[in-house]
Amino acid sequence: MSQSASVPSSILDSFKDPALCRAVLEQLKAELDSPLRFMEVCGTHTVAIFRSGIHSLLPGEVVHISGPGCPVCVTHDAEVALFLELAAKPGVVVATFGDLMRVPGPQGGSLKSAQAEGGRVQIVYSPMDALKLAKDHPGDTVVFLGVGFETTAPTVAATVKMARAAGVANFKVLSFHKLVPPALRALLADPDTALDALILPGHVSAIIGMDAYRFIAEEFKTPAAITGFEPLDILQSLLEVAKQKREGRAEIANLYTRVVPPQGNPKARAILDEVFRPADALWRGIGTIPGSGLAFTDAYADYDAMACLGLALKDVKPLPGCRCGEVLKGKMKPNDCPLFAKACTPASPVGPCMVSSEGSCAAYFKFQLEL
Amino acid sequence: MSGKKLLLDAGSGGRASHRLVRDLFVRHLNSEPLARLDDAAFLAVDGPLAMSTDTFTVDPVVFPGGNIGSLAVHGTVNDVAMLGAKPLYLTCAFVLEEGLDLDLLELIVKSMGEAAAAAGVQVVAGDTKVVPKGAADKVFITTTGVGKVMADPYPSGHNARPGDAVLISGTMGDHGLTILAQREGLTFETPVASDSASLNHLVEKLLTQVGDIHVLRDPTRGGLATTLNEIAEQSGVGIFLKEDRIPVTPAVASGCSFLGLDPLYLANEGKLICILPQDKAKQAIAVMQADPLGAGAVQIGHVTEENPAKVILTTALGGKRLLGMLEGEQLPRIC
Repeated sequence: MSQSASVPSSILDSFKDPALCRAVLEQLKAELDSPLRFMEVCGTHTVAIFRSGIHSLLPGEVVHISGPGCPVCVTHDAEVALFLELAAKPGVVVATFGDLMRVPGPQGGSLKSAQAEGGRVQIVYSPMDALKLAKDHPGDTVVFLGVGFETTAPTVAATVKMARAAGVANFKVLSFHKLVPPALRALLADPDTALDALILPGHVSAIIGMDAYRFIAEEFKTPAAITGFEPLDILQSLLEVAKQKREGRAEIANLYTRVVPPQGNPKARAILDEVFRPADALWRGIGTIPGSGLAFTDAYADYDAMACLGLALKDVKPLPGCRCGEVLKGKMKPNDCPLFAKACTPASPVGPCMVSSEGSCAAYFKFQLEL
Repeated sequence: MSGKKLLLDAGSGGRASHRLVRDLFVRHLNSEPLARLDDAAFLAVDGPLAMSTDTFTVDPVVFPGGNIGSLAVHGTVNDVAMLGAKPLYLTCAFVLEEGLDLDLLELIVKSMGEAAAAAGVQVVAGDTKVVPKGAADKVFITTTGVGKVMADPYPSGHNARPGDAVLISGTMGDHGLTILAQREGLTFETPVASDSASLNHLVEKLLTQVGDIHVLRDPTRGGLATTLNEIAEQSGVGIFLKEDRIPVTPAVASGCSFLGLDPLYLANEGKLICILPQDKAKQAIAVMQADPLGAGAVQIGHVTEENPAKVILTTALGGKRLLGMLEGEQLPRIC
């Protein structure tokens, strides 16, 4: 976007500077002595890579895979089935972020259709809104759908603490939160994924810090870089991992020091650890990953929708024809899925990767030229 | 400020209605056919006509750069003009909410009168309904416009041809961001204002001084991206744009970046897209730049045979990507 020349460019603008970006891209090309298969695991990175045009500028040796970086996309069919079941329960109000509304369940229904059939579903912009909803409807049980990574989970934990402090007993959380490092471990351990490098998420890292990623370098000898969301951030992270790879090093580089302190945000993690504990979780396309989810600690068990409402995950049949799981693992490009842009479009999505605006299929559909 | 409120009586058709029509609408809209208060306006028009209608509902009704009254005139005047026509007459129909502040209503109608005079069109017929409180949001206005088509063939979204140049008359996103910021109660370091304006005089200059205009469109709802996609589809052509050629004011760029919005999808109410043969582009830009409403005119891209029905953006970095239509509304980022 051109801006009038009289305005001094801010520091942030320099992270978009085309000349700087092109220079880094040239350095990246010079650095490559073998193919580089990299994965980003953050929906905001996915969109930034496409929107800025970086995807189309990458040299042929660089293979870009959008991993499980969108919380909506990694939510398992069984979890979707469970919150749809919840939406049909009398006396229950489901409070959710808007992006879950259109996610199709195994039977084809969604929260949107559940709402049309009389289910009480309320879109909220923060878990605090859901708590307010519970205060305003003391006769109902308000269940907040806890879907998100380490970025959103601390706010949910803080809201649970506020509910306790305010004595609001009809507020519950269905915790389908997911943790990024265990999923990265599962992906790196999967020989089919065959990753050369990882671009690590900026916002998640701002909470968990750098230590949580050590195993990537130490156990899997895979170069990795934490980075931000401007074009220059992304290109510099690619240059960094390419350099590490060529030099035979594997380290966790933090290129987003303006937001990510090495130790992350210990305060947020303390709140998280008080309310939640790590637990096994189901990921779409990957299955159960040990310690990759968040369950309630005993001290806060009375806010656990699962226990309080007697819910349990059930085995469900996967969505017929949907290959979102393979897309998430980088085994298939979105446009190689037989449903892509035919049966599955943003207007009528079959799988979650097409529903969420940060899903890799939706990004391909929206931005990718050669379809 | 009189502080007077509109009563349901004003829509009764009785004396209260007449007073409102005479003292407010007829006074400010100031046209002979309207002042006659006949059931219809008598008009003598010949030749091919362009006709368009639009309903305006905007929250807030008054915003930096205009209000719903001026917008209702500009919007329809521009739609008529985009067919290569000289807008002549407007009609307006008001749905007013009981309890509406009469000073606000006067401000709106006065702005309509001024906007119509500036555009050189007459408001020749009108109607007013008052609905109970809550049945409408303050004021809804429908305007219909008629104009005389001046170009043969007339510009149309179906007429973009490979090799044509794609021009715009100025910065993108000003109106849309202004309205969203007002609605969300946000203020920015540099204030933003709507670009709402009548483009018919600018269009007339393009038609008479340049000619051979293939497409004229005003990128209102859905913004530049949506309108260009419509044109690409209607004409069965590809449209190639250069991102760094598309002007956006620094205030709109930073506001959009803060809210997570893309200015290319935000509404404009005083800008036009002009597609014409490349060899006429320079002249068209000069004509536009000589007019205050086209001061920021620039070529942003060209029309191709390849990639039919698609709009392709060369990003600032030099990458290429689709500039598609949005599935739904663009919502401000919450977190």
